[in-house]
Amino acid sequence: MSRAGVLIAVMLLAWPVPGVSAQPSTRPSVPVGKDLDALTAEVAAQLRCPVCRQLSVQDSPSDLAQEIKGVIRGRLAAGESPEEVKAYFVSKYGEWILLSPPKRGIALLVWALPILALGAGGVVLGVVLRGWLPGGRASRGERPDPASTAAP
Amino acid sequence: MNGSKWGSALAVLVVVSLLALLGFGLTRDADTLASPLVGGTAPDFELPKLDDDGMVSLSDLRGSPVVVNFWASWCLACIQEHPVLIDAWRTYRDQGVKMVGIVYQDTRENARRYLRERGGGWTQVTDPGTRVAIDFGVYGVPETFFIDPRGIITHKHIGPVTDEIMHREIGVLLAAARSPTGVEPAASSAGPPAGLTKAPSGGTS
Amino acid sequence: MIGQAGTLALAMALVVALYGIVISVIGARRDSPPLVASGRNAALAFFALSTLAVVAMEYALFTHDFSIRYVAEVGSRSTPGLITAISIWAALEGSILFWLWVLSLYTALCVWIYRHRHRKELPYVTATLLGIGVFFLAVLLGPSNPFAAVSPVPPDGPGPNPLLQNHPLMALHPPAQYLGYVGFSVPYAFAIAALATGKVDAWWVRAVRRWTLIAWIFLTVSIIAGGWWAYEVLGWGGYWAWDPVENAALMPWLVGTAFLHSVMVQERREMLRGWNVALIVTTFALTIFGTFLTRSGVLGSVHAFSESVIGPLFLGFLAIVLLFSTFMVLLRSRRLRSPGRLDSLLSREAAFLVADLLFLAITFTVFLGTIFPLVAEAATGARVSVGAPYFNRMTVPLLAAVVFLMGVGPALPWRASGRGALKARFLVPAVMGSAAAVIAFALGGGGFWPLLTFGLAGFSLTAMGSEVLKGVRTRVRRGEAGHLGALARLVAGNRRRYGGYVVHAGVIMAAVAIAASWNHRVEEEATLSVGEEMVAGKYSIRLDGLRGLQEPNRFAVVAHVTIEKGGAAIDERSPRLNFYPFREQPVPTPTVHSSVIEDVFLDLMAFAEDGSTATLKVVVMPLVVWLWISGGVMAAGTVVAIWPEKRRAYELVFARREVADAEGCEPEAAPEEVLV
Repeated sequence: MSRAGVLIAVMLLAWPVPGVSAQPSTRPSVPVGKDLDALTAEVAAQLRCPVCRQLSVQDSPSDLAQEIKGVIRGRLAAGESPEEVKAYFVSKYGEWILLSPPKRGIALLVWALPILALGAGGVVLGVVLRGWLPGGRASRGERPDPASTAAP
Repeated sequence: MNGSKWGSALAVLVVVSLLALLGFGLTRDADTLASPLVGGTAPDFELPKLDDDGMVSLSDLRGSPVVVNFWASWCLACIQEHPVLIDAWRTYRDQGVKMVGIVYQDTRENARRYLRERGGGWTQVTDPGTRVAIDFGVYGVPETFFIDPRGIITHKHIGPVTDEIMHREIGVLLAAARSPTGVEPAASSAGPPAGLTKAPSGGTS
Repeated sequence: MIGQAGTLALAMALVVALYGIVISVIGARRDSPPLVASGRNAALAFFALSTLAVVAMEYALFTHDFSIRYVAEVGSRSTPGLITAISIWAALEGSILFWLWVLSLYTALCVWIYRHRHRKELPYVTATLLGIGVFFLAVLLGPSNPFAAVSPVPPDGPGPNPLLQNHPLMALHPPAQYLGYVGFSVPYAFAIAALATGKVDAWWVRAVRRWTLIAWIFLTVSIIAGGWWAYEVLGWGGYWAWDPVENAALMPWLVGTAFLHSVMVQERREMLRGWNVALIVTTFALTIFGTFLTRSGVLGSVHAFSESVIGPLFLGFLAIVLLFSTFMVLLRSRRLRSPGRLDSLLSREAAFLVADLLFLAITFTVFLGTIFPLVAEAATGARVSVGAPYFNRMTVPLLAAVVFLMGVGPALPWRASGRGALKARFLVPAVMGSAAAVIAFALGGGGFWPLLTFGLAGFSLTAMGSEVLKGVRTRVRRGEAGHLGALARLVAGNRRRYGGYVVHAGVIMAAVAIAASWNHRVEEEATLSVGEEMVAGKYSIRLDGLRGLQEPNRFAVVAHVTIEKGGAAIDERSPRLNFYPFREQPVPTPTVHSSVIEDVFLDLMAFAEDGSTATLKVVVMPLVVWLWISGGVMAAGTVVAIWPEKRRAYELVFARREVADAEGCEPEAAPEEVLV
C-alpha cells in the first residue's frame, strides 16, 4: 500500500511538469530570422485572439490577429522578452487575453483544484478499497456476526 | 450512516451552487469585456489625416475633452451610430469638445465614400497597421473612448453609441474641464468592475 | 399551411406525452396492464407525431416555403439539395426539433422492444423519457417554434451558415451527436425506473448495456467527426481547441465511459449500486448541460447558436433534472448501499475503479476549466481565459494513465491475481512498450509526454494482443481450427470482451495519433508571388496561380498549389477562400494532402486584389489519418460487443469453458442477457 502511495504522490507532483505547453524563457539575445518567427509563434500561441475568441492569435485567421502578430514580432525584435510582450497585451486588453490563466489570485484555484481533487479522490478510493478487502471494515460489517458489530 | 448524510448534503450544496453560478452566467454579456485602460492615461498617437497630408496627434489635444471613435465602412453598427455622432459633434463642438474618428482596417477610398454619403465634419485619421487600435485594446468596431482634458480615459463604449450615452459621457468630460482640480469621473457611467482597474481616488491635479 | 400542420403535430405530441406520463405512472402503481399498454401506445404516438413534424419541416425546406421563419433564416433557393435536407439542424429551432425526434425514436424503440419484459419497471422508463420529451416540446411550442410564421414573406433566404455547406461531414456530425447525447436518456430513464420501483439491483444495468454502448459509440463518432470537420474546414490546421462546446460533448463521453466500465463490476459482483446510479445521472445531466452551453451564450464559442431566451429554460430543466434525481437517490439511499467485497487489489474490479477515478478526474478538470471564467467573474469580477494550453497541460498526464490502464485492466482477472502471475503477464508488454518509446524517439525525437504515450501504447497493445494470442493458440493446439478460425471462435465466444479489446485498440490508436500530430507539428506561413516556393518540413510548396470562380451560391478565390517532396511533385491542391452573399467574413476551404505517414495542410489566408500574391499557411502533421481511422475501429469494436449472442446452449457452455481455460481461472460469472 505504501508503495502505491509513494507512486501516486510522485505522479501528482509530476503532473504540472512543463513540456506539454512550454513557456518560453527570457532570452538574453535578440532573436532574428527563423528564431524570431518561432518565438513570435510561441508567444502568439499563448494569447487569445480578441476576435475569434476560441482560437489563439497564432491560429486565428482574423486580420486583427495578423496585426497583433506583427506587434509581437516588432517588440521581440526590439529586444523585449516574451513576458514583457505578454504584459503589454494584458495592459491593453485585460487578463483574459492570456490563454492560460495566471497562477495567482483566484486563478490559482483552477490550477490547484484538479490536483487536489485527484489526490482526495485517490485517498477516498484507497480507503474504500482497503475496507472492501478481506478483513477490512466493511466486509467485516457485512457478515451477520454479532462479534463484529462492535467494530470501530 | 453519518457519512452518507454529509455526502448527500454536500451533493445538494454542490448542485445548487452550480446552478446559481450558471444562472449568474446568463445575466452577464459574454461579449463585452471591460478595458484595463479606463481610468488611465490614453495612449498617445500621431496618425495621418484621411483627407489631406497633415498629421493629428492626441497630445496636441490635451486640455480639451476628446472623443475618439474607431469605425469602418464595412461595419453595420457604425452606420447605425453615425447620425448620433453627427448630432453630438454639432451640439458640443462649440463647447470645446474635440472629436477624432480613426478608421479601422479599411481603405481610404471606402472611408472617404462612406463620409461623403453619410456626412461628418470632425477630424478623421487612418491607422496604418492597426497599431493604434491595438494600443487602445480595440478588438471590434465601433468602439468609442471618452478622454478628459488631462488625457485620462473616463469611459470606453463598445458597440454603437446612443444619444444618451454621448450626452452623459461628454457631460462628464465637460464637468472635468470646468473643475479647477480635475474631478474624478462620476460613478454614473458603467465603469470597470472592481478588481480589474483602480480608478484615481480623490482629486489630484 | 405547413407551418400550422407542424405546430399542430407538436401540440398533439405534447398532449399525448403528458397523457403517457400520467397513465404510465398510474398503471405502474396499480399494476394494471391495460393502463401500461395505453402508456406504451402514447409513446408510439409521440414518435409518430414527432416524425410528422419533422416531415413537415423538411417539406417546407424543400419547397422553399419562406412564410415560415426558420426556412426564411436558413433556406435559400440556390442551396444544393443535400444541404437543404440537412438545414433542419442548421440553426436553433430546427436543431431542437431534431433532438425531439431522436428522443421520440429512442422512446418508441424502447417501449416496443421491451413490451413483454420488465413489466413493473418499464412504465417508469416510459414516463421519464416522455417527461424529457415534454420539456423539449414546451420549448418548441413556446419561445423556439420552428414553424413560426414570418411576415412579410421574403422572396429568398440567405441559406444555412456557410461553414455548414463546406463539407459532407456536416451531414454526419450533428445527427451522430444527437443520437449520442439523446441516447444517454435511455439508461438514465432506466435508472430512474429502478429508483422509482426500489428495485436497484443489477437488472437495469444489464438491460441498458447495449443502449449505453450505442449511445457511446455515436457520441464517440460525433466527437471524432467534429474534430475532422474542424480540421478540414476551419483554417487553423487543428482538430481540437478545447472550446466550451467541444468540452461539453467530451464530458458526457468521459463519464459515460466510466459508467460503461463500472456497471460491469455491478453485474458481476453486485457492488456499486449507488455509484452507478450517480454516474448515469451525471452523464445525462452533462448532456443537458452541454445543450445548455451551446444554446445560451453563457460562454462564447464558435458553436454557439445565438443567445436567446431559451438559455434560462434549459438551465431550469437542468435544475429539475439534478434536483429530482438527487431526491430519488436520497429516497432509495438505504437500498443503494451495496457493501463491497474485494478479493485483491490486483483485480479487474479494482482496475475499473481506478479507471473511474481517472475519468472523473479528467471530467472535473475539463468542467472546472470550462466554467472557471464564470467562477472568477462571479467571485472577483475579473475576466480570465482558460484555453488550450491549460487543458493540454492538465489532462495529458491523466490521459496517459488511462492508456496504461487500458492495457492493465483487461489482463487482470476478476477477483484476484497472484503477483507472480502478473509479473509474467506484463513482462513482455513492458519490454515492448519501452522498445516502442525508444523507436519513437529514434524516429522523431519528442518530449516526455508523447514518448510516454507511445511507450504505454506499445505496452497496452502488447498486453491485449498476448491475451488474444493465448486464446487463439489454445484452440489451434486443440486442433479445432486454423488460426483465423480460432480467432473467429474466440471472438464469438465472448463478443463483449473482444469487442472491448478492439475498442481499446481504437482508443490507443487515437492516443498515438494525437500525441504524434500535436507534438511533431510543423507550421509555416508565407506570402508568395506566383511561381514562388516555400518550405515546410520535408515539403516544398509552390504557388502556381490564383483565380476567381463564380458559383451559384458563392464566389471563391482559388489558389493553385503544387506540393513537392524530394524534388518531385507529389500533389496539386487548391485551397480557396469563399465569399458568400449576406456574410461579411470570407470562409476558407483549406485542403489536405493526406498519407498514412503524415498530412500536409494548406490554407489560403489572404491574397492580393490583383492576383499577384497569396498568403498561405502550411502545417505538416504526422499520423493524423489514424485519428479518423480510430473512429472506425472503435465503431467496429462496439458492433462486435453488442452483437447478439447465438442462443445455442452448448456453444455457450463451450465458450465459457474456453474463456476459463484461456484465463487459467474460474469461469466468468452469470451469462449475460442474450436479448437486447
